[in-house]
Amino acid sequence: MPLDLICPAGSLVSLKTAIDHGADAVYMGFRDNTNARAFPGLNFDEAQAAEGLRYAHDRGRRVLLALNTYPQPDIWSRWTGAIDRAAKLGMDAVILADAGLMRYAVKNYPQLRLHLSVQGSATSYEAVNFYREHFGIQRAVLPRVLSLPQVENVVRHTDVEIELFGFGGLCVMVEGRCLLSSYCTGESPNTAGVCSPPKAVQWTDTPSGLESRLNGVLLDRYGKDEKAGYPTLCKGRFEVGGETYYAIEEPTSLNTLDLLPEMLKIGIAAIKIEGRQRSPAYVAQVTKVWRAAIDSVKKNAAGFTPAPAWQAELNKLSEGQSHTLGAYLNKLSEGQSHTLGAYHRPWK
Amino acid sequence: MLNLAFPPQLASVVSWLPAAPPSLAFSAAANRLLWPALKALDWQALVGRRYAIRVTDIGLTLRFTVTARGFAPDSGAADLTISASARDFLLLLSRREDPDTLFFSRRLVSEGDTELGLIVKNLLDALDPERVLGRLPTPLARAAQRLMAA
Repeated sequence: MPLDLICPAGSLVSLKTAIDHGADAVYMGFRDNTNARAFPGLNFDEAQAAEGLRYAHDRGRRVLLALNTYPQPDIWSRWTGAIDRAAKLGMDAVILADAGLMRYAVKNYPQLRLHLSVQGSATSYEAVNFYREHFGIQRAVLPRVLSLPQVENVVRHTDVEIELFGFGGLCVMVEGRCLLSSYCTGESPNTAGVCSPPKAVQWTDTPSGLESRLNGVLLDRYGKDEKAGYPTLCKGRFEVGGETYYAIEEPTSLNTLDLLPEMLKIGIAAIKIEGRQRSPAYVAQVTKVWRAAIDSVKKNAAGFTPAPAWQAELNKLSEGQSHTLGAYLNKLSEGQSHTLGAYHRPWK
Repeated sequence: MLNLAFPPQLASVVSWLPAAPPSLAFSAAANRLLWPALKALDWQALVGRRYAIRVTDIGLTLRFTVTARGFAPDSGAADLTISASARDFLLLLSRREDPDTLFFSRRLVSEGDTELGLIVKNLLDALDPERVLGRLPTPLARAAQRLMAA
């Protein structure tokens, strides 16, 4: 099925909300750092996961488990234990980044469907096919660094299903290889499961603006009417060469509604919505819009234009100032500058 | 669009009132509505911490703590203070608006212990709405349901 809608579920309430609003599948994590949204109070224990699976399967939808961090040698069993539980619960797939875990899954649960996580950082069909040959992966989520022609090239040379991010917070685009926050906290996102551990985050309202700090390091200072963003090091404003600006990454959200006809034509299997850390209200709003958009493009791809009301709803939900089409359009957008994004950065 | 703007004259009166009675009323209501649903979740991290909810346009501050037996009014310095307008609190409670959305647009302010704030947010998100609504008198529950579906 082309363009399956994959929605985020940080809790059982969000899972049910996503299903009720038209998600084809949801993705979730267990309540520890085996997934990249290891926030306190978020995620599923085994009983909640079982109930979520029942709710989805009763309605003909699927549940995918994100096991997308990199296991540490001394607690390797926490990750393999999560795979054991996923298999026992009857997850429709597990989303893995680590090759060792894939090997464990294939050896012990040959029936368990494997998806390659975006954190696996496979950007070429050679890499995707490597995972196919060795571990039999069924689907790969591509990192948000490829332009659409590059995505198309991957799709053409593999029989692995390809999933793309469609909407939500952007990452600094070294997915699976980012160690940035360990500079401040000693913990890296791909092992501890969060970019900015909440215990290290501090928000302070000062006369010169709202300040966010990570373990004491000033990340950003927002003026009175400026939109705020997540307190991650990559999206901070820093003084470089006498100028203060987003030196690493703009705090924009990805929004690819405009690209749906091309994604359909290329043969993209699924569209992923970011945001397991968000609330049921976000899940409802974003799922509703994307369900309507995907149904509309499937009915009439040639005549598809995103409804202004959809864009307005999605804009409201985003962090930072604006939306971007991300890297997907890099090759096409010269001269038709869509938004800030990468375009006005270091080569300024 | 809901119009829940609070008359400024009334707000100045409310801000004059002592905080104890509203905090007491809030704790009683929270014990009746939220506590049964909260007890089904991992609530232990909330215990012994102090909270303040500031309804900015009304000038109302609710102060409470959480004990093993439920919510209780409190007067000490808060570990976590959440501020927003009455309208935005209602949008949050009825799950029509996402707290991150309000935070990004600076309509929701969270001060104090960031980790505690996230725990509170995630617990509120995980509350089973039917379980909460089931505790309300029927006409109120119906009104709340209509609000959530709107």
